[in-house]
Amino acid sequence: MIRVLTPLPVLLPLLGAAAALLVGGRHPRVQRTLSVVVLSTVLAVSVALLLLADADGADAISVGAWPVPLGIVLVVDRLSALMLVVAATVALGVLVFAVGQGAADGDEETPISIFHPTFLVLIAGVANAFLAGDLFNLYVGFEILLTASYVLLTLGGSAPRIRAGVTYIIVSLLSSLLFLAAIGLVYGATGTVNLAQLAVRLQELPEGTQLLLQAMLLIAFSIKAAVFPLSAWLPDSYPTAPAPVTAVFAGLLTKVGVYAIIRTQTLLFPGGALDTVLMWAALATMLIGILGAVAQTDIRRILSFTLVSHIGYMVFGISLASQAGLAGAIFYVVHHIAIQTTLFLVAGLVERQGGSTGVDRLGGLAAASPVLAVLFFVPAMNLAGIPPFSGFIGKLGLLEAGVADGGWLPIVLVAGGAVTSLLTLLAISRVWNRAFWRLSTQSPVGDTDDAAAADAGPEFVSGPPPGLAEQREPAAEKDPVDTAAGGRAEARRAAWERHTAVATATAPPTDGLGEDADRERPLRPLPRVMVGSTAAMVVVTVSLTALAGPLYQITDRAARDLLDRGPYISSVFGGEDVP
Amino acid sequence: MTPTVVLPVIIGGLYAAGVYLLLDRSLTRVLLGFLLLGNATNLLLLSAGGPAGLAPILGYAEPEEMSDPLPQALILTAIVITFGIAAFVLALIYRSWRLVRQEVIEVDEEDRRVARRSDTDADDIDPDDLAPEDRPAMHADTLAADRERDAGAERGLARQFSGVASDDVDLPATRRRKR
Repeated sequence: MIRVLTPLPVLLPLLGAAAALLVGGRHPRVQRTLSVVVLSTVLAVSVALLLLADADGADAISVGAWPVPLGIVLVVDRLSALMLVVAATVALGVLVFAVGQGAADGDEETPISIFHPTFLVLIAGVANAFLAGDLFNLYVGFEILLTASYVLLTLGGSAPRIRAGVTYIIVSLLSSLLFLAAIGLVYGATGTVNLAQLAVRLQELPEGTQLLLQAMLLIAFSIKAAVFPLSAWLPDSYPTAPAPVTAVFAGLLTKVGVYAIIRTQTLLFPGGALDTVLMWAALATMLIGILGAVAQTDIRRILSFTLVSHIGYMVFGISLASQAGLAGAIFYVVHHIAIQTTLFLVAGLVERQGGSTGVDRLGGLAAASPVLAVLFFVPAMNLAGIPPFSGFIGKLGLLEAGVADGGWLPIVLVAGGAVTSLLTLLAISRVWNRAFWRLSTQSPVGDTDDAAAADAGPEFVSGPPPGLAEQREPAAEKDPVDTAAGGRAEARRAAWERHTAVATATAPPTDGLGEDADRERPLRPLPRVMVGSTAAMVVVTVSLTALAGPLYQITDRAARDLLDRGPYISSVFGGEDVP
Repeated sequence: MTPTVVLPVIIGGLYAAGVYLLLDRSLTRVLLGFLLLGNATNLLLLSAGGPAGLAPILGYAEPEEMSDPLPQALILTAIVITFGIAAFVLALIYRSWRLVRQEVIEVDEEDRRVARRSDTDADDIDPDDLAPEDRPAMHADTLAADRERDAGAERGLARQFSGVASDDVDLPATRRRKR
């Protein structure tokens, strides 16, 4: 059963991408349905894989039925199945959000017809990287997802996106070349690229050679995962992309790098030769990342810096190389994928509502849209690690593992982790205070009697209260929607005008659309599909808290498998001696 | 068997030249650097396959005389990937040229703005919320003050480094000191 399902997370999105490209321009509705169906199927398959892998242990399939060390091997174990489930969940949420955004903006022409196929290819690449049983297939998985990400990041081809895209592409290319060179050296040293075989053969190499190969792979993956000295590209390139793209990048792409670090550190190089280096890198990533976040004034940039910072927690868990540390790291990866994606989706909604993501230009959003405020507040507190959310559980697990390790450096890291958590709270609450909580002073918030009408969405537009429409005749000519929405629309207008009045020489981001459409947009209620998908993602993050017990048990078992290494190797070679 | 020295020297040379070009601000040079690095890596893969031999076809050569086919398959894959990405980067360069009439990597404006901002406290009352007459004079957080101080800082920098050649595209043109 597990063998039949294993290739599907890679195959389905690829085939779906081809089909989506075919129907693309002419039938946007078919294209949207197709990609949602494909990703839902991938999610179902991934859940089945996780249940099977958790029940029966790791299993492998040799693509094309070649004998094992020759062909390409796809391996499912608890870690990769768990990553697949989270990736598919997040991808589905983001896709629905993007569909809602596309429908709301009416941009059914170019270049959005390319969005769905590229997004599916991206997911295929991510799935391939998680399932890859040999080093070169891992490289191919990375290349698939990176090439798709180049297209997504520069979607629309506006000047800021080209500028950001160039940085991202060149850094990614460099890391890919480093990875490829490392593969060449690994092959030269051992004569194989099969991970299970490498796990045995690498141990027979001289220590110096092992260290060189480990360092090269670690640097290549650290660039992708944005570990501190190699993280400068991330806050520079992520914030300019469209909201759903940034969300899926922030959630998934760096975590693929983290996954690769976990896999190579535990399976290929269990000696822990570079653990001390990793610990220092984790400390620097946490602290320097979060100090960057505190200095920023743009929500997306703040989130990008917290993203870098919290990668440090995962590296910390990996560098402990204990079962508790790895379990904590895996749990934190799962939590962080969901939470960071959700927050970037919320940032997209904030931009729609307030016209900007700069906290100095925003204000009064809690009055303009209480739903948005709740959607921001819950995952924000989760990110900062406030009990009882999953962020707290993940951090607690990591800090306990650090204390249990007993050395002085893990204790320093525990302290650093606690400080980082507090500074995250500072950075996030600054966003909350400025953008949401303070009043929009440019125009007073009107009466909020019909607040429910505004939040209920467009159906109330057709039947405005009779008195209200006459009272605001001039406004009705400009925008019929805001008379219907009454006081809430006033608050929205206030929040929006605040942005335009305070705006500096920098023009508000236009999101690749015409200026007119962009100006009118925030005065409407937020599109329901976008709010709905974001709310669903918030529910997912909260359910991580509710399901933390079983989830932590799975990550604990996954960590045990990783340290044991036996299940992975025997799943590929079926209990025979490794040639 | 004596190991050949030619291949490592070529690989090293290509890596050096590639890295040098990659550090340039001009995108075309960056692309050329990337291509050189890609070729260097492909040669590295090739040399990882051991000494050259006959084509690995059964019946054509004995297994001992064959060259290792796997690195060559890897190289082919890598070449295809490099080719596709090079085409994409070329399109990017063209787009950049169409948009801003230059193909250099630009500085991030938001980065500079944040770097020049003096420190603020989250609990401060935002001066932007106050009426203009109530704002403290030249308060650190007002955007107007930001702009004035930025201009001052830029002028100061320009004075300090006047006459020093710089590839920083963002600094204003400075007058050369006359002797």
